[in-house]
Amino acid sequence: MSRPTPLRDIHQDLGATLTDFAGWLMPLRYGSESAEHNAVRTAAGLFDLSHMGEIFVTGPQAGEALDYALVGHLSALAPGRARYTMIVNERGGVLDDLIVYRLGDEEFMVVANASNYPMVAVELAERAKPYDAVVEDRSEQWALIAVQGPRAQEILATLTDADLEGLKYYAGLPGVVDGREALIARTGYTGEDGFELFVANADATPLWHAITAAGAPYGLLPAGLSSRDTLRLEAGMPLYGNELNAELTPFDAGLGRVVKFDKPGDFVGRAALEPLKDIPPGRRLVGLVARGRRVPRHGYPVTHDGAVVGEVTSGAPSQTLGKPIALAYVDTGVSEDLAVDIRGSHEAVDLVALPFYRRNK
Amino acid sequence: MSNIPDDLSYTKEHEWVAGLDDGRTVTVGITAFAAEALGDVVYVQLPEMGATVATGDSIGEVESTKSVSEIYAPVSGEVVEVNQSVVDTPDLVNNDPYGEGWMFRVRLDSDPEDLLSAEEYTALTSGDS
Repeated sequence: MSRPTPLRDIHQDLGATLTDFAGWLMPLRYGSESAEHNAVRTAAGLFDLSHMGEIFVTGPQAGEALDYALVGHLSALAPGRARYTMIVNERGGVLDDLIVYRLGDEEFMVVANASNYPMVAVELAERAKPYDAVVEDRSEQWALIAVQGPRAQEILATLTDADLEGLKYYAGLPGVVDGREALIARTGYTGEDGFELFVANADATPLWHAITAAGAPYGLLPAGLSSRDTLRLEAGMPLYGNELNAELTPFDAGLGRVVKFDKPGDFVGRAALEPLKDIPPGRRLVGLVARGRRVPRHGYPVTHDGAVVGEVTSGAPSQTLGKPIALAYVDTGVSEDLAVDIRGSHEAVDLVALPFYRRNK
Repeated sequence: MSNIPDDLSYTKEHEWVAGLDDGRTVTVGITAFAAEALGDVVYVQLPEMGATVATGDSIGEVESTKSVSEIYAPVSGEVVEVNQSVVDTPDLVNNDPYGEGWMFRVRLDSDPEDLLSAEEYTALTSGDS
């Protein structure tokens, strides 16, 4: 049985198509996923992301513990700011990609993927043992609601006095939204401006209703995981399990920049990753745009002159480009005359620079 | 609950067949239930005009944002017409699955077998949903 989020009744009332995702019963779409995708690109979308994990690390050495446990330099993060980072194993393989929010001098919140957070919580607790820091998985107590899109700030501003205008990208601050305490973060996974609101489970339903009502005049739609996936794909953002896994290092994924070798002290994975930083990987993550209309999908081989030179990790029809797009690992040095083997037929694709979509700022 | 018109026949693969009553040429599409399960259809590949198809053959595909499904021939015969509109405008499959979203017509070369009535198809889909 899939676990419901605190917003399950709302999803059912809205007639959502529900799906199991990482053991959670989640809305796949409410109506047309294309309409939801376009709403986020042009107006706003409202997402239930309560399946994500929230792990708190607190104490005088919380920052040092995270510096050791993760590849980033979290003790250098200013309170109120957030950072995209990763947890890797001793071999440098990616166990999860994370966003870490520094809530105070001695308080951090690590947001992990639904499929991974129980493991991440265990790993963090183990790695933090030598430090004066406490690791606590509070995922069960927190709901997460995201408002994403160019109208997100206007919509949220009708419900809070918090300084949204002054809130930078990858920053978060405690505030009150519709009379409920929330951590308001300017983060997301759609390629648009937007906010993520961490609230107590009991506040999730009334907050959802309040945002729905406030957003209606702006064209806000509830949006499911299907549109979330096509939005993040257009934005060239990796999905754990597709572009990232424990057999790949951050360098393999083209995300070596998140590994901070210049931070003080050792960290898990340093010895394995250090020699890799100047060596180009055998395959690199690239963007592909199909010339035809058939969609390259996860696991399909990428070919060059009939020989397999890579594999698609994610693919979908792109609303914004009007063509199918894909992320794929492709052998270094091969960039032309590429095709994807779509159920036996080799369909031409062009390699393009990522992201596929970048919003106008 | 999906719309399942009484006057059509159906297959377990969620196709509908129309026109069995009045002759030897039938029209085929996919059901509203299938269209809803797929989500927004973005690509339809149909059999070629003149192709000879046999019941159960995979003769095309319907692709949506999240998935791809094969179209199986619900009857045996020759494909005598394909709906180019649904190839050009795949969302017809979502918006009007039993009307403008029809897919192809087949001139039968034998009597259809194992088609489901609306009642039987309703029973089949109420179990899945």
